[in-house]
Parts: sequence; structure tokens; C-alpha cells
Amino acid sequence: MTLSQEIITIAVCALGTMATRFLPFLIFRSDKPTPKYIQYLGKALPAAIFGMLIIYCLKNVNLLAGDHGLAEGIAIAAVIVIHLWKRQMLLSIAVGTIGYMLLKQLVF
Amino acid sequence: MHTNENILTTKKQSASLLALKTAFPYTIPIFAGFWFLGLTYGIYMNVSGFSFWYPFFMSLTIFGGSLEFVVVNLLLGSFNPLQALAMSLMIQARHLFYGISMLDKFKGTGWKKCYLIFGMCDETFSINYSAQIPAQVDRGWFMFWVTVLNQIYWVSGSTIGGLVGSVLTFNTEGLDFAMTALFVVIFLEQWLKEKSHWTALIGLAASVLCLFLFGADDFLIPSMMLILGALTLLRKPLEQKEGASL
Repeated sequence: MTLSQEIITIAVCALGTMATRFLPFLIFRSDKPTPKYIQYLGKALPAAIFGMLIIYCLKNVNLLAGDHGLAEGIAIAAVIVIHLWKRQMLLSIAVGTIGYMLLKQLVF
Repeated sequence: MHTNENILTTKKQSASLLALKTAFPYTIPIFAGFWFLGLTYGIYMNVSGFSFWYPFFMSLTIFGGSLEFVVVNLLLGSFNPLQALAMSLMIQARHLFYGISMLDKFKGTGWKKCYLIFGMCDETFSINYSAQIPAQVDRGWFMFWVTVLNQIYWVSGSTIGGLVGSVLTFNTEGLDFAMTALFVVIFLEQWLKEKSHWTALIGLAASVLCLFLFGADDFLIPSMMLILGALTLLRKPLEQKEGASL
């Protein structure tokens, strides 16, 4: 990619992001009540979307070869256990990431 | 003795200052998290061959961690702005629902509203949506400072990561797992908050199914459509089941 192609790519991504952030405010003006269906989606979607984002992060894990996703499985289990125990976002992320790096670099 | 004008100015200054003082403690965990993730992202960009200007400008203009990680791969591939637009709309589509949740809360915030919407990333949304703002603190200024502080943390973290990445000598393999861990934690927080877990399970199951059917490169759009379809079809039972929590 040339520099201008890189700038266009980044600008397009910024525009796409802005579209998703501004659109609800442009469609559902503050002087009218929000449709019930949209209100329902706003409450039901976040949990589903976060689940999807986890799978998105793991999409290149090969269960049939290499370590069969064992490093990811162990690291995610560690994140869950530590987060349920301490409820400290930073600690859970730090332990999981450092643990995963050690597993990938030294064990698998 | 103050003149009326002086009193007004002082009041305005103290409203913004009080809001800053109230907002700052809420953002401390985000400071830690964003510096860690921002540094990771900056280092990731650096080891991928980009100067610190890239994470700086991307954090300033896009200000969305998950997409910025993905853009690194887009920049390494061939030029395809339509794909970049589709990717950003898909990955960021969840902001549509943050916006829907903030329609009321952003009312009456005046000129700040534009920036509040611009800077509404996952973490800023979470704080501004859930914080119990004391009655004497101006709501608009509070949310404004949360947004400003979080963006400062993210931009500075990723820029520093981009700068120090070149002098780092340790093996960074696996560092990108920080993003997976972040989403696991956010997912878990959401899970603990909800009485019924059907929507979370629908998200996981639909994504796994589509990943299996469509493969790693093409599963995101079908997943979102399947999730939207399932939530629409199951609206009645889900609303009944989750009642107040939904």
C-alpha cells in the first residue's frame, strides 16, 4: 500500500466507526420516543455481541493441529477464574496475557 | 466582592472542575487497562513495521481498540477500502446499540454531545451508562471528562507503545491475546449482570456455527444476521424470561 492508500483505509475505518456511533442519534431524534423493538435490541444485543467478539478473536485457532487450542483454552480459563475471584479487569487481562505468552513461547 | 459576571464565570469553572474531580476516579481502571492494551497495540503496530504516527492518528480518529487491531492486518494486505468499510461497520456495529441506550442520557448536553458520541467506545459507554453521578455534579461535564480522559489514556498508551516497540528486545508472541482477554472479561461482566444467559449463549452459538460454516474470513456478517434474527424471533420468550433484567 502507498501512503495515500493507507490514509484512505484509516479514514474509511474512522468514518465507518463514526457512522455506527452517530446513526442512532440521527435516526431516533430526542423529541420522539424510541420504538419498543429498538429498546429491546439495545438490551438484548450486548451480551450476544461480546460472545461473538470472543469467537472472532479465536477464529484462527486450529483445533485439529498444533496444540489443538490448548493454550487459548488454559489462558481463557485463567482469565475467568481470576476475574471471578478478584473482579479486577486489569489483573485478569494481565495474568491471562502473560500466561498465554509463556505457554506459547515456552510450552507449546 | 464579586460582580455578577465574575460569580457566573466562577460557577461555570467550578462546575467543570467538580465534574472532572468526580469523573477521574471512575477512569482509573480504564487508565490501567488502556495503557496496557494501548501499549500492546502500539507495540503490535511497531513490530508489524509501522511508525508511532500510525497508532497515534488511528487512536485519535478511530478510537476503537478492537477495530484498530484489525486495521493492522488490513494495512498489511492489499488496498481495499470497501472491505475496510465493511469490516469497520461490522466490528463497530455494536455502537449502534450503545447509541440507542444513550439517547436519553445525552439529552441537553449542548455542544459536548457531538464529542460524547464521537468518543463512545466500549469502556466510555460502560462508565457513562452505569455511573451514579451525584446530583450536584453536572452530568454533561462528567460524561465529557470520562470521554476525554479515556481517549487521552488510549492515544498516549498506543503512541508510547509505537515508540518503545522498536527498542523492545523480548519476544512478543502471544501479546495480542490481551484483546481476547479483554472481551472475555467484558463478556463475563455482562454475564454476571444478567439473570438469564440466553442472549449471551445465542451470541456464542451463532458465532461458532457461522465460523464452522463460513470459515474465519467470512463468518462475521452471517453471525450478526443470525444473532439479530434469533433475538427478533425469540423476543417474546426472552422478554418474558428476563423481565426486569432485559
